[in-house]
Amino acid sequence: MKKLANIFLVGIIIMNLSGCSWSDPESVANDGIFRIAMVPDMGGVNDQSFNQSALEGLYELRDETGAQISYVESKQFSDFALNLDKLADGPSDLIIGVGNVLSDAIEEVSARNLDKNFVIVDYSFGDKTANNVTGIIFKAQDAAFLVGYIAGMTTKSNKVGFVGGIKNVIIDQFQYGFEAGVLHASTERKIPIEVMIQYAESFADAGKGKAIASRMFSADCDIVFHAAGGVGYGVIESAKEYGTFAIGVDRDQSYLAPDNVLTSAVKNVGTAVKLVAKELMAGKKIGGKDYEFGLSEHCVGIPENHKNMSDEVYNKAMELSKKVESGQITVPYDEKSFEAYKSSLK
Amino acid sequence: MLSSIMSIINTTLMYSTPLIFGAMSGVVSENAGVVNVGIEGIMTFGAFVGAAVGFYTQNPWLGLLSGSLAGVILVVLHAVASVNFKADQTISGMALNFIGPGLSLFLCRLLFKNKTTTTRIANKLPKIFGLVDVTVLLALLITILLWFVLYRTKWGLRIRSVGEHPAAADTLGINVTKVRCTSVIVSGFLAGAGGAAMTLGVVSQFTPTAISGQGFIALAAVIFGKWKPQGAYGACLLFALAQALAVTFGGGRIDIPSEFLSMLPYVLTIVVLILFVGRSMAPSANGKPYKKGKR
Repeated sequence: MKKLANIFLVGIIIMNLSGCSWSDPESVANDGIFRIAMVPDMGGVNDQSFNQSALEGLYELRDETGAQISYVESKQFSDFALNLDKLADGPSDLIIGVGNVLSDAIEEVSARNLDKNFVIVDYSFGDKTANNVTGIIFKAQDAAFLVGYIAGMTTKSNKVGFVGGIKNVIIDQFQYGFEAGVLHASTERKIPIEVMIQYAESFADAGKGKAIASRMFSADCDIVFHAAGGVGYGVIESAKEYGTFAIGVDRDQSYLAPDNVLTSAVKNVGTAVKLVAKELMAGKKIGGKDYEFGLSEHCVGIPENHKNMSDEVYNKAMELSKKVESGQITVPYDEKSFEAYKSSLK
Repeated sequence: MLSSIMSIINTTLMYSTPLIFGAMSGVVSENAGVVNVGIEGIMTFGAFVGAAVGFYTQNPWLGLLSGSLAGVILVVLHAVASVNFKADQTISGMALNFIGPGLSLFLCRLLFKNKTTTTRIANKLPKIFGLVDVTVLLALLITILLWFVLYRTKWGLRIRSVGEHPAAADTLGINVTKVRCTSVIVSGFLAGAGGAAMTLGVVSQFTPTAISGQGFIALAAVIFGKWKPQGAYGACLLFALAQALAVTFGGGRIDIPSEFLSMLPYVLTIVVLILFVGRSMAPSANGKPYKKGKR
């Protein structure tokens, strides 16, 4: 009896470990159908963020062009390369890895499958980009700049906050873009605005996010921007309890707390993925380089919904957006470029 | 200064509450001799069911109760496998850590239009004097109740005896299987409540990362607290206090890299464990399935 129970439980564990959804059809290629396969990061395709946005973009492409879309979810980090390998063995024309955590897996698998095209979202191999690999990167700092400006124009206590997940180049774009935006508003209003910055060292711990944001709000901040994934749920929760504002990230997060989300720094992965896939379908060579998307491609930006701010601020932000698009303002994305930006204002 | 102290106290209480529920779950089960490493998984399932029921019924108390009962449903698997079938307790407990999140996400996608987060609940659990969540008080009451039951009642003596020496308890006419099963079920109830306390008190919806390690920290707190409710309670408070200090002094308020501050809760726990707590003694039959007639 004991043995039976053991076998049963081990069976359950194995089912869990190997339970990846396999939806790539085993049909033969060369039938004129363009096949795109995607491997989302650990969040899965229904994460209401990054991966979901990418898949929605691909589904739009399917409806427009008849391309065939499939995806394989991973249960653990070591599955990434395995799943990419599986897809590379199939008839897919384009294989997309969503999220910079897949960069190593993409590098490894693309080197083994030189006849396939690979795309990595949110990562750049720089000069070392292989001929069959394309990087998609975002000027997230432009969106962060706009929400920073809005925060700077809206704050009454002249104190705003930023909660980051774990410091990396992507989160840096958000932090320094935001700081630059606040600085822009502070120059315009001719008052100093303080920015409190704190990292949660996590992308998951909502409790910590709530604690950090509460600390900021009790120290007189009235607007806090988060770029911290799951930690952000705690930040928005805190804004709701304090009756203050949070600023969302990656997509319009106002549905989480309609009266307490001022705006969001949107990063539209789907649009970007669609644009790159279209290039390839049109027969263009996309490998060996990076595509950088920003405001002008509508891949980053802020949502139209602006019921929590004045129309004046929103319209000014839109004007600012045009200035950034046209290159009149270059938004900093790391510490060095931020220092340069600061000294350019003086 | 005063606001800093208030913020530290507030954060400590908020952060410790789900941990305390989880730790009490561990205390009750391990005192009966059943290791429960599945607390994390049970908490996740309790967190989902609590948030889902809280959303549909608009009643957070019903959510809390349902979350606890969801914990019971899940833990029955563990009880049956490890107590009745005498399977390895670590393995069957670990299975819950896979089943809990898996089942939660599956049901979440089913009930909430393919999303992996639930819709926000309209009514959260109330706050006492508008300051701390009511779950903070509940956690304290449960700790006191558990201490009373374990050390001042006949039931408690039975629970501890089957954890220390099940064969001796058996010869005295105590039904070891029944006592152990009951303890594991209570353990599931408490872990489920801890998960629901997270999604109905700390935040107000279920997300895939709502429970991110709390169950494992709770397990550590059980050992830290020498398998006693009051000890585990203190361990959870200490851990949460360290977390609160890290938050309050983080963000450049003192000149320490935030990576080091984030280590504080873990480092402090180890230091206190080595310096002040001393040798931790587990119930001697902890983790061992009991077979009648075996010596």
